[in-house]
Amino acid sequence: MSITADTFPVPSRRELRAARLRIGLILLFALAAVVSLGSGASGASAVAVLKSLLTGDSADPRDALVLWEIRLPRFLLGALIGAALAVGGAVMQGLFRNPLADPGLVGVGAGAALGAVGMIVLGGMMPLVVQQFAGRHLVALAACFGGWVFTLVLYRVATRAGRTSVATMLLAGIALGALAGAFTGVMVFVADEKQLRDLTFWSLGSLAGASWLKVWTAGPMIIVALAVAPLLAKGLNALALGEAAAHHMGVPVQRLKRLAVLTVALATGASVAVAGAIGFIGIVVPHLLRLANGPDHRTLLLDAALLGVALLVIADAISRSIVAPAELPLGIITAVAGAPVFLWILIRQNSVVDL
Amino acid sequence: MRRRHFLGLAAGLATLPMWSARAATGRVLCLGGSLTETVFALGAEAMLIGRDSTSTYPVAAEALPDVGYVRALSAEGVLAMAPDLILAEEDAGPPEVVDVLKASGVDWQTIDDDHTPASVVAKVIAVGAALGLTDKATALAAKIEAQLAEAATMAAAVPEDKRKRVLFILSAEGGKIMAAGAGSSAEGIIHLAGAENAAQGFGGYKALSDEAVLDAAPDLILMMDRAGDHAADNETLFALPALATSPAAEARAIVRMDGLYLLGFGPRTGQAALDLHRAIYG
Repeated sequence: MSITADTFPVPSRRELRAARLRIGLILLFALAAVVSLGSGASGASAVAVLKSLLTGDSADPRDALVLWEIRLPRFLLGALIGAALAVGGAVMQGLFRNPLADPGLVGVGAGAALGAVGMIVLGGMMPLVVQQFAGRHLVALAACFGGWVFTLVLYRVATRAGRTSVATMLLAGIALGALAGAFTGVMVFVADEKQLRDLTFWSLGSLAGASWLKVWTAGPMIIVALAVAPLLAKGLNALALGEAAAHHMGVPVQRLKRLAVLTVALATGASVAVAGAIGFIGIVVPHLLRLANGPDHRTLLLDAALLGVALLVIADAISRSIVAPAELPLGIITAVAGAPVFLWILIRQNSVVDL
Repeated sequence: MRRRHFLGLAAGLATLPMWSARAATGRVLCLGGSLTETVFALGAEAMLIGRDSTSTYPVAAEALPDVGYVRALSAEGVLAMAPDLILAEEDAGPPEVVDVLKASGVDWQTIDDDHTPASVVAKVIAVGAALGLTDKATALAAKIEAQLAEAATMAAAVPEDKRKRVLFILSAEGGKIMAAGAGSSAEGIIHLAGAENAAQGFGGYKALSDEAVLDAAPDLILMMDRAGDHAADNETLFALPALATSPAAEARAIVRMDGLYLLGFGPRTGQAALDLHRAIYG
């Protein structure tokens, strides 16, 4: 450690770059919020509604409804889910030390899909009492439940004598995914045409059903997970050197794994339940940021949350404007827009990517 | 008591002109193919400002703005059309979107449907009432009822042992036969026409194995009349091993009808049942 750095804390070039990136992401986040609240098929003016709020004049009731009951919950839900998916992806890639890891790897995706598809197709067989009590939320509940059950099973399978093998989890995840895929296939086979269309829309993801209720139910789970994630940062950094090295550095590796898996399952399960399966955010966002600013999880996790929010919210704004008054499923936008950008960045890189 | 009645009547009369005014200039959005078809059948298409993606008949309906799939609507997209009245099938959704739309002050009317002949008639009446066209709707409903009754009479006149066994083939792509089973709309119209569904033992539309088709041994094949991927000409169809030995192949008995006309369970269902009966029994 040099004396100058101790006495005059001059920020290094790396820190400057990180700060610039963070500021850029915050601006992007603000831009996304403006775009999301200000755009939509109805042409309602968010500015006019906000102005009327300040001046006390009464706004056009339809515009006010569009802003408070449609765009605002939708923006908040999109923000929560974007952050959950991006941070979940970053944590998973760190934990598995594998660039292909995404939140789906802990079984949440496959389990949630099986739960949702099963409920869409077989929901009519549920007792009438249950249908009346929870009718419209059954698919979301089944998705959440399915995701968590799969994660739990996967964690149990991969844990021997108090030690979880990441490699076993990866392999068991693939096996469980195949199993869930097969059962989902059976459901698709017995589904009628209407249910098939529901399945398609669910598997492409959408925020069309965003409501305050969904914000209040999914929000707390995602926020808890997002609050826990930064606690994992140092551990994940150490884990990049290997499990043994991390252990010798004093990182409680087993506790880290358990916490990481639970966090991701919580955040992703809640996201998938309210918005269906939205792909690509969990993979693209952390990689973009690693390419820009290196793999340090202490900055990566917060950056990922910001970029995840911005991308998902902007993608959602596109999804509801591009074919208005109808809307395109969100998953299509994230993949169509995300994949080429990702490829372009990979090609532009001078070196190949290392995690 | 009497006074209250009078007040109610007065209020009713006072709103009457508003209702009829709305009926004349109202902006109506239809969510559901059979509802759109009914609006057109009532001659009220001038009121329609939009439709969902399942509303594809008549052809003029396709020119209307499309708010998307009826079960995956966008609240803002629908509100952007500024409708006064929304006619929706029971399964319009998602429920959160329906809640917001109802809260927006739009007149939201759900029209029930259980794909039975009775509900076809009830639907016409309900749509007519919502549009303020009760007279027209009653006339149309009477016509449909008469057609359905005629079809029922003709169907009942076919003796039990003379009933033809009809196989509805949705597609025969690559020699694989996708047929209609129990509870499908195709079975519904086959029954209305006084025939029996040759394919049994499964629900909805499923791909059948060759042996199941052999076993079904249909007297007649029913298909949708359309070009493209589902089309299969008679020669190719009857040359399929599974069908080659069936009574239908020996008699070259095949009927093709427009898909929506046949399976839509809209205002043309009575006519479709009659047409199908004549096509089957000559």
